[in-house]
Amino acid sequence: MTLILFIEQVLNGLQFGIMLFLMAAGLTLVFGVMGLINLAHGSLYMVGAFAAAAVAGWTGSFVLGLAAALAAAAAAGALVELLVIRRLYDRDHLDQVLATFALILIFSEGTRYLFGSFPLYLDIPDALTGPVTLPGGIQYPAYRLAIIAIGLTIAAGLFWLISRTRLGIRIRAGEADREMIAALGVDISKLYTIVFALGAALAGLAGALVGAIQAVQVGMGEPVLILAFVVIVIGGIGSIKGALIGSLLVGLTETLGSIAMPALFRLFMDNSAAQATGSAIASMLIYVLMALVLVWRPQGLFGARV
Amino acid sequence: MTLKTLLAASALAAMGSLATADGHMTDVKVGMITTLSGGGAGLGIDVRDGFMLAAKMAGNNHLKIVVEDDQRKPDIAVQLADKMIQSEKVDILTGIIWSNLAMAVVPSATAQDKIYLSPNAGPSALAGKGCHANYFNVAWQNDNLHEAAGGYANSAGFKNTFILAPNYPAGQDALTGYKRMYEGELAGEIFTKLGQKDYASEIAQIRASGADSVFFFLPGGMGISFLKQYADSGLDLPVVGPAFSFDQGILQAVGDAAMGVKNTSQWNKDIDNEANKAFVDAFQAEYGRLPSLYASQGYDTANLLLSAMNAADINDKPAFLAALKAAEFDSVRGDFAFDANNHPIQDIYVREVIKEGDVYTNKIIGTALSDHSNVYVEECQM
Repeated sequence: MTLILFIEQVLNGLQFGIMLFLMAAGLTLVFGVMGLINLAHGSLYMVGAFAAAAVAGWTGSFVLGLAAALAAAAAAGALVELLVIRRLYDRDHLDQVLATFALILIFSEGTRYLFGSFPLYLDIPDALTGPVTLPGGIQYPAYRLAIIAIGLTIAAGLFWLISRTRLGIRIRAGEADREMIAALGVDISKLYTIVFALGAALAGLAGALVGAIQAVQVGMGEPVLILAFVVIVIGGIGSIKGALIGSLLVGLTETLGSIAMPALFRLFMDNSAAQATGSAIASMLIYVLMALVLVWRPQGLFGARV
Repeated sequence: MTLKTLLAASALAAMGSLATADGHMTDVKVGMITTLSGGGAGLGIDVRDGFMLAAKMAGNNHLKIVVEDDQRKPDIAVQLADKMIQSEKVDILTGIIWSNLAMAVVPSATAQDKIYLSPNAGPSALAGKGCHANYFNVAWQNDNLHEAAGGYANSAGFKNTFILAPNYPAGQDALTGYKRMYEGELAGEIFTKLGQKDYASEIAQIRASGADSVFFFLPGGMGISFLKQYADSGLDLPVVGPAFSFDQGILQAVGDAAMGVKNTSQWNKDIDNEANKAFVDAFQAEYGRLPSLYASQGYDTANLLLSAMNAADINDKPAFLAALKAAEFDSVRGDFAFDANNHPIQDIYVREVIKEGDVYTNKIIGTALSDHSNVYVEECQM
């Protein structure tokens, strides 16, 4: 592996991790604050991507598409919270899993009903098309660098929101003791709706950003959702910092593993067999990572409670 | 007796004999298991729509069809097949898109004496040692289009190709097929994950490998992601692949990134024959979109079945299988015949992605392989 290839893969891992962070941040907030397992988080990601593709196709502006993705996912999130999720806080996790799984099916088939089964087209904005040359002669797509920058900005914004604002204090308080902050006069149900909509908006943004380099199609959210769950388990449930570190770990492991493992097996196998075995092992790596982290720290890297 | 009455009488007699022939025809019940939801639903929907269109155009009311969605999950496909065989009592199964699902369903269905007509998946395992008299593939053996791509690569002068495909039966067949025909060196060979969306890592490896061309087989949404990311990476090596990443259903989502790419297919909408013209026109009139190669395969599958129904009774199994094998139907591909292992012998073309008005589509620019069969025929002992 050359140095240039290695650096490019590290950037790829970072970009993938940042994208996962946008998904995992919402998931971990909802789980931490409300104690709710939301399987439909991937559907909100899909809603964001479809809203962006539809609006960008209609107006020709990617920025308007992004705004639409944020708005549509936040609105869908708030609506779902008001209509369905609100009834689930006092139920056990199995009921929540069942209900939010039903939401996945409703969102998927509803999207198919509106947009059809064929993938939509969402293009990278002209300003970010093509590669830029980084120091050292590395060619790297400008758009992926932009995703890294947007993600890091949002991570910083979230830290500020959680640690420095009144809303953040309430969110942290709700995480620690929800009866007590209700007794102190905070409108807990409004807080829950806001947190849920915030998480949904982040998922929608991730969907729209990724939709431009991948396919915008029904069912695009579920594979990412599984990885996002791995991230929050590694990072510790309820912790934004954990979600960030966990995302980057998973992103880097996944990306570097997919070239390191086949290369490793090529040392003592022929090329095709090494590829097949290496790819299979590489796709297990993040789960191995999760298992190791859980053995070492059962509450996750930054989890508060066991 | 005037000439007129003579004519009328013979016409009546002809109708009478038709009616008796029709009366003898038994209902044939077809169970279609295909992917109608989730990622890859576009493929199943096209196969279904093509199949239904042929059934509708034939107007044969002895053909009964039940359609179910396998969600691209092998376990669900197996459950559906069991249900269709045991409680729906279907005579024939068809519809499966994905080779891993076909491997889960086909061997047990044919062992239970059901006929299986594949409108898409053609894994090598079912063409060679695992072939069966009840199994017909109307599309292609999986290797075929990739072999054609390898043949094209030679004629285009590629010397150092980087090849990649997902790690599942059809992906392995794809790389095997390409390597069988391709004579140059390999710059690299990668198996990706099935359903993978991000190819940054693979593209970085292609860049580092010093390849002069790229061959890839990434059907459905995987191909869209790869092509968009490839176009954005600044790599401009020529790309070749089978038609699956350039079919009518996904080209619009790929956009300009696909323009000019050469791909190999056994069908295109501009193949010049009556059956194909009728199909393309009827499909557009019925569904309001251009047909894809998957739709053409569904359409041919239904027409093959209808031709066998006209020639033999489903209850006379040997005669019905012989009628299927004879393949006496007007394929939209032109010449079509089954080889000894019930897989097609057909021409495979090279197509180029073009833009007609606002719509991205393909046009044929040459023939890659003529009357091409598959290499597994000799392993097949029926």
